[in-house]
Amino acid sequence: MDFYFNPAGFVSRLSNMGIGMLVIFVVIGLIILTTMLINWLFSDKPENEK
Amino acid sequence: MEILYENLLKFQWQDIVMILLGCLLIFLAIKKEMEPSLLLPMGLGTILVNIPGSTALIGPIQELYGAGIANELFPLLLFIGIGAMIDFGPLLTNPKLMLFGAAAQFGIFFTLSMASVFFPEAKDAASIAIIGAADGPTSIAVANTLGSNYVGAITVAAYSYMALVPVIQPPVIKALTTRKERMIRMPYEQKSVSKTTRIMFPIIITIVASAIVPDATALIGFLMFGNLIRECGVLDSLSETAQNVLANLITIFLGISVAFNMVADKFLRVDTLLIMGLGLIAFIVDTAGGVLFAKLINVFSKKKINPMIGAAGISAFPMSGRIVHKMGLAEDPQNHLLMHSIGVNVSGQIASVIAGGIILSMFGG
Repeated sequence: MDFYFNPAGFVSRLSNMGIGMLVIFVVIGLIILTTMLINWLFSDKPENEK
Repeated sequence: MEILYENLLKFQWQDIVMILLGCLLIFLAIKKEMEPSLLLPMGLGTILVNIPGSTALIGPIQELYGAGIANELFPLLLFIGIGAMIDFGPLLTNPKLMLFGAAAQFGIFFTLSMASVFFPEAKDAASIAIIGAADGPTSIAVANTLGSNYVGAITVAAYSYMALVPVIQPPVIKALTTRKERMIRMPYEQKSVSKTTRIMFPIIITIVASAIVPDATALIGFLMFGNLIRECGVLDSLSETAQNVLANLITIFLGISVAFNMVADKFLRVDTLLIMGLGLIAFIVDTAGGVLFAKLINVFSKKKINPMIGAAGISAFPMSGRIVHKMGLAEDPQNHLLMHSIGVNVSGQIASVIAGGIILSMFGG
């Protein structure tokens, strides 16, 4: 069988690497913010504050 | 008398190698307890499909494959069970831990570049990269959706390395951290998380993640559906069923149907060895990504983080979290990192599913 070896393939996918990591941090960042928001909105209040 | 040896003559060396491989998977499952619920059915399935003239391949296994893997149904159903097993409590206490889950997906995208050196087709390189999700169902679902030619090898690599996390991660963590860093203590502040928050979390995650990465909708939706069943408080028996009966049943079917791709002409290739090697790289870079990200945070943060917890950002739950906890205890018997590392570990589950969706949106269709 032919063995495929193309070192340039690594460089050609670097943009996907950058975009992929950027998107995942953006999505996770939004999830963190919304989680903090729901934590703040729905946290258990101490009895004397109710 | 011919009937006694007629079929024996049809055996080729490739069939025998595959049958031995099936036996090896069964051995690893039983003797070494490596992901036994999956490797055992997969091992027996491998034997079944490699016997010449087998009625199992073009028959029940093909049917199961078509019914549950080709259409992604089994991995998604398994996600309901996994979602029902996960307690997001430690993560809800400290949501910032999710950043480590994101960082530890670096192995996926690094391996995408690496795989492109050896595999000309983007769908194959992307499917191999997703081994770095450290999550079997995600790997199977993504590789199948992309129509990769290597679903069998990718599944074997993903589950093998998940089982080998206790062997792979510690040397990488040690190589990237000093003893002083490994001894950093992180006191855990016990905060109560309201029931409403626990119920809202899976719903909001589904909406936010799916709105931005629609290709992740099915994966994240089924995972969070399982978690909603667990947290809603009115479906305890369903939650119990999802965690045990459903997850076990689907795992059996998943394992035996993946064997459809474990036939000699699809598996016995140099490519398979390359995939195993690239899968290992993915796990190593995942671990390194999480640890290095934690070290980067420490440069800017006054409150120091034990960089080992970054390594728990891979999806192999709960093994990775436990490893970090044990490594912390080994350096300092009073250093209890478990709640932090488990929090990071469950965030890795969410992040890996989102990463799967990102890969699908980049290379699908």
